[in-house]
Parts: sequence; structure tokens; C-alpha cells
Amino acid sequence: MAVVARDGEPGVAAAASRPAAASRLMASMAGLDWLARIWWALLSISLFAGLWELCWALGWADEKLLPPPHIFLDNIAEQGRYFNTATRWQVGQSMTEGPSAFESVLITGAATTARVFVGLIIASVLAIGVGVLIRYYRFFDRLVLPTITLLSPVSPIAWLPVAIFLFGIGNAPAIFMVVVALFFHMVLATINQIDTVNTNLINVARTMGASKAQIYSRVIVPAILPGMLQVLRMNLFGAWMVVLVAESTGVGYGMGQVIMLARNTFNPSLVFFTIAVIGVLGFTFDWLLRLAQRRILYWLPDTAERLRVL
Amino acid sequence: MSSDNAPHFSSRDAVVCRGVGKTWAAGTKRAHHALADINLDVAPGEFVVFLGPSGCGKSTLLYLIAGLEDATEGRLWSFGDLVETPSPQRSLIFQETSLFPWLTVWENVSFGLSIRGASKEERRTVAAEALQRVGLKAAMDKRPDELSGGMRQRVAVARALAMRPKVLLMDEPFAALDVQTRARMQEFLLDVWRDSGASVLFVTHHIDEAVALADRVVVFTSRPGRIKTIVPIDMPRPRNLFSREAESLRIQLTDLLRDEVDRAFAEQEAFAVPA
Repeated sequence: MAVVARDGEPGVAAAASRPAAASRLMASMAGLDWLARIWWALLSISLFAGLWELCWALGWADEKLLPPPHIFLDNIAEQGRYFNTATRWQVGQSMTEGPSAFESVLITGAATTARVFVGLIIASVLAIGVGVLIRYYRFFDRLVLPTITLLSPVSPIAWLPVAIFLFGIGNAPAIFMVVVALFFHMVLATINQIDTVNTNLINVARTMGASKAQIYSRVIVPAILPGMLQVLRMNLFGAWMVVLVAESTGVGYGMGQVIMLARNTFNPSLVFFTIAVIGVLGFTFDWLLRLAQRRILYWLPDTAERLRVL
Repeated sequence: MSSDNAPHFSSRDAVVCRGVGKTWAAGTKRAHHALADINLDVAPGEFVVFLGPSGCGKSTLLYLIAGLEDATEGRLWSFGDLVETPSPQRSLIFQETSLFPWLTVWENVSFGLSIRGASKEERRTVAAEALQRVGLKAAMDKRPDELSGGMRQRVAVARALAMRPKVLLMDEPFAALDVQTRARMQEFLLDVWRDSGASVLFVTHHIDEAVALADRVVVFTSRPGRIKTIVPIDMPRPRNLFSREAESLRIQLTDLLRDEVDRAFAEQEAFAVPA
């Protein structure tokens, strides 16, 4: 039997130790890969920031309108005052009390992240559930799919008043906005994924006497997982965009609210600072999701390399 | 044309087809008559190869026998029972890998047992036994993507064997393998077939493969697929594929197929040239 030799350590040729050796090797390679990726990420951001700074230095970018990074990142304590405004502006609370500037940024970021996360989870569970039901029950398909297709192109902005009518202010409308923005697309994506499951896999299960329920639970759901995680990742960014819109309308506190505050007080530095924080949060979230993807989808080979050889 | 669907056959026969035909997308503009007038009896333990040009409906017939598709004409029986749904008695092995990538090799092999709710110990025992028979017991805990193409097909065979099928249906199972691996897999398949006692229905468009494997070669015409002729091969096994007898069989089958391919070409040209 041909087993590809991964590393030539003598004495560990026994089958039991082979996975361990291979995973050690892969771990060390992944570590280097990781470093290189950070290096490139930093370079990419520096290049962008550098161009901006250059424009400022040459006098093309007015620092009152487009303050470059060194200005808007200069006084984090100053910027932080505008975060977590809900507690700061409570009656009887002075501007100097409450969490520190840094803590405020963390609290606000965490609040927005939590809304994105909860919304994303609810939307995925609902969408995958409904998508599977649509393919499972023909009657449900006919009854529900037209409405879902009809509502799919509606912009999340249009749902904003509905969110407020239904949930007032607080976390609920923001989460509702995320869910409603993602749900319909994700249902359609789920259906699409189900339709593209390899027929052979389904036929194998059929010849082995699997029932319809078993074919769905044992074959179709695991088979669509890779695609669904991809869909989830694409929708993650959508969720981040929508949550800001929702938060700008009186959730109390959140990144969207800070942006609105910055707009109303004409504070470009705060706008760019908030954008930077959102960028970092979104990037981290995406990175974590990719990490989870690799864990959950252990059976998928890394295919990104395939295009590199072209 | 046989319209006599009464079961004039021995109920011991592994597969019986009477007047079987299939039209895809029947009643629509895209209707395509893939298969017509198939009358065929396969004895238990017989090795039958379906040989024909691509698109002649030989795979369709295999799907009908598996019960994965319904015949639009005629009827099929297997061991006296009318074929209406898929059955674990008739295992199908595909050309492309059909292993579940998220399961380990042994979990793939025992998938059918897990459907029936067998315990983990039982599943592992059966899987080990089936993998032993295909010489892959050592790869039990690997995942399909860690195996070569030939190994994956052996696992697929083991998975079929674990169901103790009476009929093994194979749809060009070695077509994606290189020539050397394929020759080795043919020997392997003959061993498995001899051990299991199952009938094998094997689809291919390779004449060499037909000569190497078959008790009988069913040669198909194309559009719609009909049985052109059935060529029995009574060479003893192991077969010397370089013998005079094998050579003359190859020539015979090549001639039979060439007519069909010529006809298909002529039809395609008629399509291509505007009237």
C-alpha cells in the first residue's frame, strides 16, 4: 500500500506514530506560514497608510477632512471618550466617571461584535433549517419559497423602520436587522448547495436502504457544510455592514452610534478611528471563522494553493 | 418487439429484464429515448459486462437494475422480486469516487450498517472484515482524501461487500484509473467476485476490460440503447490476454463496436451539416 512519505524520521515508521509526526510537521509549517501572513498583512496596511500619510505630507489631503492615521490614532484616550456613551451620559454621571477610554472602546466593540455574532448564528440556523425543509417537503417549498425569493432583494435599510416598530430600541432591533439582512439570501444559498450535492453520494445511501430523513441528516447536511461555511463567511461582512446601520438609530451604544455621533459633531478623526476599529474587529472575526472552518471541515484539502501554480 | 411482460423466468435468476426501456424527460421537448427492448437474464454468480459506445444507455440499464430510476417500459426482477426501489441486495459502484469525504474509511464501509442502527463494535468488525477482503485493513482509520484513486475504489468495493449483496453493479469503476492500476484492479475484482459468489454487472467501453472479466459480454447499440448481441467468453481463468483466443475476441468485439461508433458519427454529421 502506498502511503506518501511525509517526513523521513527513522524509527517512527509505525502507522500509529505517522499521524503524530505529520501533524507536528504541519504545525511547524503552519506556524511559519502564519508569521509570513502577518508580515504581509502589516505590509499591506502600511502601504495603504503610507500613501495616505504621503498625501497629507504633500498637502493633498486636508487634515480637517481626511486626517491621516497618525492623527486619528494619536489620542486614543480622547477618541475613547465618545465610546460607550450610554453609561457616560447617564443622568448623574459625570464625564470623568465610568469606564476608562480604552475600556469604553472594548465594551462598545464587544457589544457590536456580540450583535453580529448572535444575528449571524440565528440567521444561519434559521436559514439552513428552512432551506433543508424547503427541499425536504415539496409542499413547504411551494408554500414558502416564492415569498422568500420575493423578500430576498429587499435592502436591509427598508427593514430598519420595521425593526424599530417591532423591537423599539436596544439589542433586539440590531440583531433583527442582521438576521433579516442575511436570512433570505442564506435560504437561497442553502437550497443551491443542496441541489449541487453529488448525486452519487445520495445514490449510495439509497442503495444501502437509507430513508429520506437519513439521506438528509447523514449525507446532504454534511455535504453542504463546506459550502454553507463559505456562505457564512461571505455574509459575515454583510452582517457587519448592517449592524452599523441598525446601531445608528438609537440602540444606546455601539460602533454605529459612534459613527453617527462623529457625523453629527463633524469629527473626521473619530470617523476614521471607528472605521479602523471596525476593520480590525471584522478582520479578526473572519480569521476566527476561517480557523473554525478548518477545524470543522477537517476533510477538505487546502485548495488555495491550486491557483498559485498558474 | 417484446411486449410480453409475463415473468417467464426462473425465480432464482439474479437479474431478469423483460422489454425494459427508458425515456428520459418523457413527455417534454427534451425527451430522450435512452434504452429500448432490453431482454436479459443474469444467472446467480455470473459475470456480465455491458459493452457499448459512450451514451448508449448501458449505465442507464444499470441504474434501472439498481432501482435508482424507474423503467418507462417493461419490468425488471431480481431473485423473483420486482425491482421497484433500491435494495442493499444490489450494490452500485460508481466511476467517480463516491466515498463520503467526512467519514473515515471504516465508517464509510459500515455506512449501510449504521443506517440500520448497528452498534459501533459490530460496525467496526464488519468493516474490518470487508476491508480485509480488499487488502486495506491497515487504512481503516484514514480518510478518503488520504488514499489513491485505486485504493478509494477498493474501499468502495469493500463498502458494497459489507452489505453482502447478491448483485454487484459497477458503472465503469476503473475508468478513472491508470492502465497498470486498472489491470491490477481487474484481478482484484475477479478474486472478490469468486469469494463473494455475487453476480457482477459491469459497465465499460473498454474491449480489453470486457475480455479480461466477462462470462458474457452484452454489446449495445446506441440511440436508443438496444442489445446488439451477446458474446459468451468461455476462456478459463486466469486468462491469458495475449492468447490467440483473446485476440480473436478483441477483434470480434472491435468490429461489433465499430459499426455502432460509425453509426453515431454519421448521425452527428447529419446533425452538423445544415440540410
